[in-house]
Amino acid sequence: MKFDVDIRLRRGDFSRHIAFQSDAAVTALVGPSGIGKTSILLAIAGLVRPESGHIRVAGRTLFDAAAGIDMPPRDRGLGVVFQDGRLFPHLRVRANLGYAHRASPVAIDAMAERLGLSALLDRWPRNLSGGEARRVALGRALLAQPAALLLDEPLSNLDPARIAATLELLAEASHSLPLLQVTHVLAEAKALGATVVTVAGP
Amino acid sequence: MILAPLSLAETQAIMVSLKVAGLATLGAMPLAFGLAFVLARRRFPGKSLADALVNLPLVLPPVVTGYLLLLAFGRNGFAGQALSALGISVLFRWTGAAIAAGVMALPLMVAPMRQALDSMDRRLEAAAATLGASRWRVFATITVPLILPGIIAAVVLGFAKAVGEFGATAIFVSSIPGETETLPLAINALLQVPGREASALRLAVLSIAIAFAALVGAQYWQRRAARHRT
Repeated sequence: MKFDVDIRLRRGDFSRHIAFQSDAAVTALVGPSGIGKTSILLAIAGLVRPESGHIRVAGRTLFDAAAGIDMPPRDRGLGVVFQDGRLFPHLRVRANLGYAHRASPVAIDAMAERLGLSALLDRWPRNLSGGEARRVALGRALLAQPAALLLDEPLSNLDPARIAATLELLAEASHSLPLLQVTHVLAEAKALGATVVTVAGP
Repeated sequence: MILAPLSLAETQAIMVSLKVAGLATLGAMPLAFGLAFVLARRRFPGKSLADALVNLPLVLPPVVTGYLLLLAFGRNGFAGQALSALGISVLFRWTGAAIAAGVMALPLMVAPMRQALDSMDRRLEAAAATLGASRWRVFATITVPLILPGIIAAVVLGFAKAVGEFGATAIFVSSIPGETETLPLAINALLQVPGREASALRLAVLSIAIAFAALVGAQYWQRRAARHRT
């Protein structure tokens, strides 16, 4: 099973139960905005601690409350592409791409080429457009050679041409590693041929 | 005259001041950083008490701080006994003046670093962790660079405060020319002697120049450090 999640997450005053399993190349968590989809993503990445339950990704147990397992984010080997990119503002694009230790200069150049970032390697993040920053974030996550890729609204705020290019990239990435995407637009999930998991209200 | 070359006594006061302020800033920096980090990031019982204690030298009469230092580092004080076991005495020494200046500068150094830690985007640390970075690597490559403007502000404020410290130093290590007599102490001494106003004025101008240079330098370095942000 690529994703096996069964957790209780506390949000504010109430806690909610989220459970899904998926063996698809691309899995999409779809639901309206503000419902806590991002929290699920963060919990899988290890940045939010569930109250109970278990999280298994690509056969590895990352969290299991009953067994007392709670792997720190750095050991989970999951690439996370945050909605706001979260590029490091004090590092140029090249250094952002190569932040993960395993990224070699050759690999960085190849990734930049693939993402159309070759001309931007010496730029500072603040001088990037939204779409460029998103691609840097994607490249940075992929260069860490993750076991799976978690994407938070990967297509939001992109112009149509950019959406097509990004979809192509994600489809290509999905051949080599499982993707989990969070979106409030069902069409975006469909575009990647994702197995849809509907996240309902509390 | 005000433009005459510096006398030996004046040069000595400047050298003592720079030496004392330099050691005070250098010595207080790791402590201030640790305190800023703990106060900004950790929750523990007695935190508000620790917070108040750090800031105490800011509101206490400096004379009281100097007196407390004298009690602590005196022959019967706990710090004095520990140091004398090592064969060290800071009483009436420039190192003692550095301790007094460091204690007085500490709260001014903690504040800007704590503020920088409070206002930095911690989600960037989380992002670095998801990229496999160890806690130490996140600290060294994300946290420290992002709060660098706060660290620079702390160094400059601390140094400027240490150069200007008067009350605690005077009580703790007295005013010995060439050893503990810093610029403010020398100015005070000169003002007690009729006919030395010109010398006092020159040292006052020098004090202003040092403080001004520190502030301008800090602005420059802070701008440099924050150049590519936002």
